[in-house]
Amino acid sequence: MNTVEDKILTLLQEARPEFDFEDSEDFITDGMLDSFDVVQLVTSLDETFGISIDGTDILPENFGSVDKIMALLHKNGVTT
Amino acid sequence: MKLKFNNKKITGILNILPSREVQFEDNIDNYNFSRAQSMKLKLIMGYDKRRIVKEETVSDLCICGFNYLFQKGVLKKDDLDALILVTQSPDYFMPPTSHVIHGALGLKQDMVCMDINQGCSGYVIGLNQAFQLLNQEEINKVALLNADTLSKKVSPKDRNNNPQIGDGASITIIEKDQKESTIYGTVKVEGKGADVLIIPAGGYKTPSTAETSLMKEDDAGNVRSLDHLMMKGDEVFNFVQREIPTMVEELLAEANTEKSEVDYFMFHQPNKFMLKKLADKMKVAYQKMPNNIVERFGNSSGVSIPTTIAFNIGEKLEKESFSICLAGFGVGLSWASILLRLGPLDFCEIIDYK
Repeated sequence: MNTVEDKILTLLQEARPEFDFEDSEDFITDGMLDSFDVVQLVTSLDETFGISIDGTDILPENFGSVDKIMALLHKNGVTT
Repeated sequence: MKLKFNNKKITGILNILPSREVQFEDNIDNYNFSRAQSMKLKLIMGYDKRRIVKEETVSDLCICGFNYLFQKGVLKKDDLDALILVTQSPDYFMPPTSHVIHGALGLKQDMVCMDINQGCSGYVIGLNQAFQLLNQEEINKVALLNADTLSKKVSPKDRNNNPQIGDGASITIIEKDQKESTIYGTVKVEGKGADVLIIPAGGYKTPSTAETSLMKEDDAGNVRSLDHLMMKGDEVFNFVQREIPTMVEELLAEANTEKSEVDYFMFHQPNKFMLKKLADKMKVAYQKMPNNIVERFGNSSGVSIPTTIAFNIGEKLEKESFSICLAGFGVGLSWASILLRLGPLDFCEIIDYK
């Protein structure tokens, strides 16, 4: 059974298949996600977990790592 | 700032759209991104078809609209006491384009005629101005024109802006209301965000030169010059999500109106993602906040608001009335809203420019 972390990694991989997200500590500073990738990721996360991430939380710093994305999901009631 | 207007009403809305339609795919090879990436953008942002001008200008679109209304017999030249044009794409730096329109139509001399430089919140700001003019004894009927042809100022290689930009014009007639009625409004500005949406060159500060026309690639891969429209998309998105829900809450509180009592939230249409997120944050049902204009006509700045009204409930508004909240937000930065009872209207439709 896929964990939330696995699902996040799958969605990241779908957004930018050319990168290995497990090797990065900060996706934004490492240049792996741009602003449109973040928008695409938000759309995928919303659909996958049946949530709507608050528009004011759609800031690059909230998408820098799997842990940060998980924190955002927890804020929206997604449990591991 | 809170605004309140008594005994004023909108009596007609006409939108005039260029007949030239372009598809998202027509420009896809111009962008510095893979086709697959661009197609994802199309899906998420709701980009598809849009209307853009060829050679026609703001005055051409407005004159076409007026002639349509005169010929249809729903508007008489001599009844107009004021003409307000809200645009960021005037025919000339001088004279005001409203005066060009006035001259072409042969309107009377005894009237107020002015241009206002505003963008995505311009329709709402223009309505505020029209309501204020109607406090004058001699002003009984105002024509608010909102028109833009900004596609001419967008780089065809700018994937951030080019797929969304649309052109268009609208004519809204505002009159004194013989019945007791109140319209509530708010208007806000943050000039520190003036560079968030800007055409850097071409004005008196930085005149257009060979140097300003040089095309350069930004960090995201978009290619444009200083003569082109530039937008910091992230900042605009965050500004909208942060400020608009609060503004609407304040407006409804002032009007002592519950969200559930509003029939429609007719907002500016920047892109599908931004508006969907706004509806979610405001807890407004999607069917009460139409989000279907950018995919059909493009984002035509403030004109997207009357276009949203006419496209979605134009026919109904010729017979019925609804409680409607309008909101515009963008360049300036500025954001403004209005709560009013709209309808029945003498006309509410969309025509193609001919």
